Amino acid sequence: MMSVLPYLFAGWIFLAGCYGLATSRHLVHAVGCLAVCQSSTYVLLLAVGYRDGGTAPVFSDLKPGSRPLVDPVVQALALTDVVVGATVTALLLALVMQVAKRHGTVDPDELSELRG
Amino acid sequence: MTDTLLLISLCAVAATATAAVLVRDPARQALVLSVLGLALAVLFTVLQAPDVALSQLAVGSALTPLLILLSVRKVRRRGRREEDGR
Amino acid sequence: MSRRLRMWILAVGALGFAALFCAACPRLPAFGGDSHPYGERAVRAALAHRTANVVAAVNFDQRAFDTLGEESILFASVLGTVVLLRQTREEREVPPAPARVPLPVRRYALLLLPVALVVGLYVVAHGQLSPGGGFQGGVVVATALHLLYIGADYRALERVRPVGVYEIGDAAGEGAYLVLGLAGLVAGSSFLANTVIGYGTFNTLASGGIVPLLNMTVGMEVACAVVVLLARFLDQAVEIEEESGR
Repeated sequence: MMSVLPYLFAGWIFLAGCYGLATSRHLVHAVGCLAVCQSSTYVLLLAVGYRDGGTAPVFSDLKPGSRPLVDPVVQALALTDVVVGATVTALLLALVMQVAKRHGTVDPDELSELRG
Repeated sequence: MTDTLLLISLCAVAATATAAVLVRDPARQALVLSVLGLALAVLFTVLQAPDVALSQLAVGSALTPLLILLSVRKVRRRGRREEDGR
Repeated sequence: MSRRLRMWILAVGALGFAALFCAACPRLPAFGGDSHPYGERAVRAALAHRTANVVAAVNFDQRAFDTLGEESILFASVLGTVVLLRQTREEREVPPAPARVPLPVRRYALLLLPVALVVGLYVVAHGQLSPGGGFQGGVVVATALHLLYIGADYRALERVRPVGVYEIGDAAGEGAYLVLGLAGLVAGSSFLANTVIGYGTFNTLASGGIVPLLNMTVGMEVACAVVVLLARFLDQAVEIEEESGR
């Protein structure tokens, strides 16, 4: 069971974020839910790269070859995306502010009524 | 020992993520998101990924909630002005 | 689309995803397993280039071109935010009233500001040795500057933070990354190849070839980008009001 449990947790976080996105009544809240979805990918990636008894892939206080290491490649993938994802979140929030300015509402339902 | 720690931090992340979705007020959601950032940072440390934990700590528990709070303030202020005008 | 229909579609999609995901999980490499072929190769390659932090080596040496792509996404989204949040014609700036900050808060914030700044710069500079690097350190430096907003007030922050300079810094960071990549071409190997300068001594500040240099350019870009982003958001939230006639 332990061999798949962290993956299931990642799936749960993703689904929770999707639920929030679909039922959101406030666009800023929807952006927050998207951030939750995003964090599920980090959990999945790092779980794939984990190794029992492994240590961090940093040799500043470790003799090379003395201990097993966890996978550094997935960590590198997650690391850049955390920061880049934050700026994309900022872009989405800027879009929300523009929507509020133009249409006077940030409720997705009211917005689609305005359009149709 | 590591397994217990891992399970606890995984549960903490799942619980805060669910809470962040269920809290409907965006200003409160920002606070829950910052707790989620903290829980994720702990989980990543347990998974032996200090690099990712560091960036999650800086971004997830400070930057993103701050941006959300600022946009909530802007959107709210607009709403209030409009209601005053009516 | 009615709310009801949307919930049905969500339920079908979520159930489908859950079924497929649960079916896929057992086929993933078992959690905590011993087989990490890419990881082992990455560790060997990092040690060959004398970089102590393997994650930094993956980001700025083996996958340096991908990181250029990530950086460009960051750059583009900052650009988009700046364009979206500019002051429009029907808006005006209302300078916020000077705020009175409780003395303990002010003392604490102003004491912490230099410490946080130094920590951020340390994290950038030691990216090739210990956990950290340009992405993390840049965010720390940028958020540290905003302690001034907590400790003093918005006008004090505006005085030490000419946004124009940071916008240029953002572009310069991105440009410097490209120039370092081109240096690889000029030196006779490929774009962003880590062959321009020597690899130095393992586990010292000057190790890893171009990894610390790329770290610095990324640190500069991320720090400037976050400062610019926060400046735009603060402007919108604190200063800019719409004309009351509208």
